[in-house]
Amino acid sequence: MPETNAVAIRGGRARASRLSLRFVALLYLSALLFIPVGLVAYKTFQPGISQVWASITTPAAQHAFMLTIEVAALAVPLNAAFGVITALALVRGRFPGKRLIEALIDLPFAISPVVVGLALLLLYGREGWFGPTLTNAGIQIIFSFPGILLATVFITLPFVVREVSPVLREIGDEQEQAASTLGASSWQSFWRITLPSIRWGLTYGIVLSVARAIGEFGAVSVVSGKISGETETLTLLVEKRFNNFDLSGAYAASTLLALIALAVLAAMVFVNRRRDSE
Amino acid sequence: MISAKNVSKNYGEFAALDDVSIEVQPGSLTALLGPSGSGKSTLLRIIAGLEVPDAGTVILGEQDVTHVPPQDRGIGFVFQHYAAFKHMTVRDNVAFGLTIRKRPKAEIAAKVDELLEVVGLAGFQKRYPAQLSGGQRQRMALARALAVEPQVLLLDEPFGALDANVRSELRAWLRRLHDEVHVTTVLVTHDQEEAMELADTIVLLNHGKIAQTGGPRDLYDRPANSFVMGFLGPVSQLSEGLVRPHDLEVLPEPHEEATEAQVDRVLHLGFEVRVELTPAEGEPVVVQLARHEAERLELAAGDVVWVRALTAPVPPDATLADVSDEEVPGVPEVKGPAVTD
Repeated sequence: MPETNAVAIRGGRARASRLSLRFVALLYLSALLFIPVGLVAYKTFQPGISQVWASITTPAAQHAFMLTIEVAALAVPLNAAFGVITALALVRGRFPGKRLIEALIDLPFAISPVVVGLALLLLYGREGWFGPTLTNAGIQIIFSFPGILLATVFITLPFVVREVSPVLREIGDEQEQAASTLGASSWQSFWRITLPSIRWGLTYGIVLSVARAIGEFGAVSVVSGKISGETETLTLLVEKRFNNFDLSGAYAASTLLALIALAVLAAMVFVNRRRDSE
Repeated sequence: MISAKNVSKNYGEFAALDDVSIEVQPGSLTALLGPSGSGKSTLLRIIAGLEVPDAGTVILGEQDVTHVPPQDRGIGFVFQHYAAFKHMTVRDNVAFGLTIRKRPKAEIAAKVDELLEVVGLAGFQKRYPAQLSGGQRQRMALARALAVEPQVLLLDEPFGALDANVRSELRAWLRRLHDEVHVTTVLVTHDQEEAMELADTIVLLNHGKIAQTGGPRDLYDRPANSFVMGFLGPVSQLSEGLVRPHDLEVLPEPHEEATEAQVDRVLHLGFEVRVELTPAEGEPVVVQLARHEAERLELAAGDVVWVRALTAPVPPDATLADVSDEEVPGVPEVKGPAVTD
């Protein structure tokens, strides 16, 4: 049976190539992702759980954790609200300069966070454009909470816009027109029709923004001043401990960061499932 | 009563509506008919308030609503692609207008159940639009539009996205519904058969102007010009003008008023028999015969016969023929020119 043999050989080859593809993919992921992250986890718990606990409950660590959460809790809702408004304006609106704004929205993705930090420094720093005015008014932005917030808002700006715009484009505005013929004002139609229609895109954008806000290092590092117990976020704490040869402390803080990231990832998978099932 | 007076609307250089006036009688079903780009949908959307006219006024009832937003016009609107609220159940879709009006819950529930019964969707309350067929979605959209008891029901190509058999079913159903509910209805369609089957009055539009207004039979039997004639049904072109293929007589013998012609093809389509002929002079023509008539004549390809028009042919209108190229029947049109968007 030469024909069946040929089929069998072809089948065998297909199987072999499928397996080798999987092997390559796994190897790649292992080398770059699983092994480093796994090593961090291993190194964290090597000294024992009590020491890990002690290391992530020091006053500086607690403060860094709270600061990170606070910044994300303010930056993300801000960007969610303005992201939806911007997406609506870009998708539905017709105004001069629309193209330019659309391109500029992605700027935070394109430029290095360190540059963002430096730009903020040039604007709000003691020697910056608004520096003297702000100092006279008694407002401190750089080396304090507002600076960190500004940097985080800037860095996470595009996510919601980019996730919501395609959904808005896809649903069109017929449902909103239908709502208006049924007696809904534009405000009612936004809350009852538009917002529910874009909710999964919005949620996804928010999840991505949270992940980015928590993990941000470069821009925050420039503007925060890294004052322990005051302007030190979790990522900055990791860096400081590492530089001070407190390796196990650095590992513990890293693991805390990784756990938050994992929770965010899990939320993302959940959202994706819900979105697919609808 | 709905009336639109001297309405014009331009999109850039394109004149979608050019000084159009219509009046719709209370309780009637009026069809806005025309090929794509004729302005029929624009006119409907202006009546609904979804578009603002560049000039002219819209009156609903006694009120000038030209600058009233759609939510305050007391209308029901049905879209070609249903515009179902995808994240809401059938019940919530139909209840939407009443919920917005903050009616008591019990009243809303009763009204929704009643309407779903009327449109044949009883028991579908908890489904989502994605779980309905196209026809069911459109019936849900109708129930949703009727729930707020509009003084006017506006339908924009409501069956355009549906299969042919669902479409004809829904048409008959809509006609019955209109006879029961009696809400003043304006329907936009490009399908002349749909307009003739459903409407009391047809407003035929072409290139942003009204070509003719009247009852279905008026337009069919007494077309104002060759465009109306060609759009309302099949036509055959004789040298003197246009006639309906069923207004042609085929004679086996020479006759003083008849033209000699050769039979090209004989098609048996059930009751109707379609005969394609080429006259000695002029373009090929199509004749529709009843089956018994065709059998009596025993026609076959190659036969020589004599044809004559039983009604006076409508002379081709030069000015209209210029502006509408696809719609004017130059070649023997066998089917009505169903223009698809």
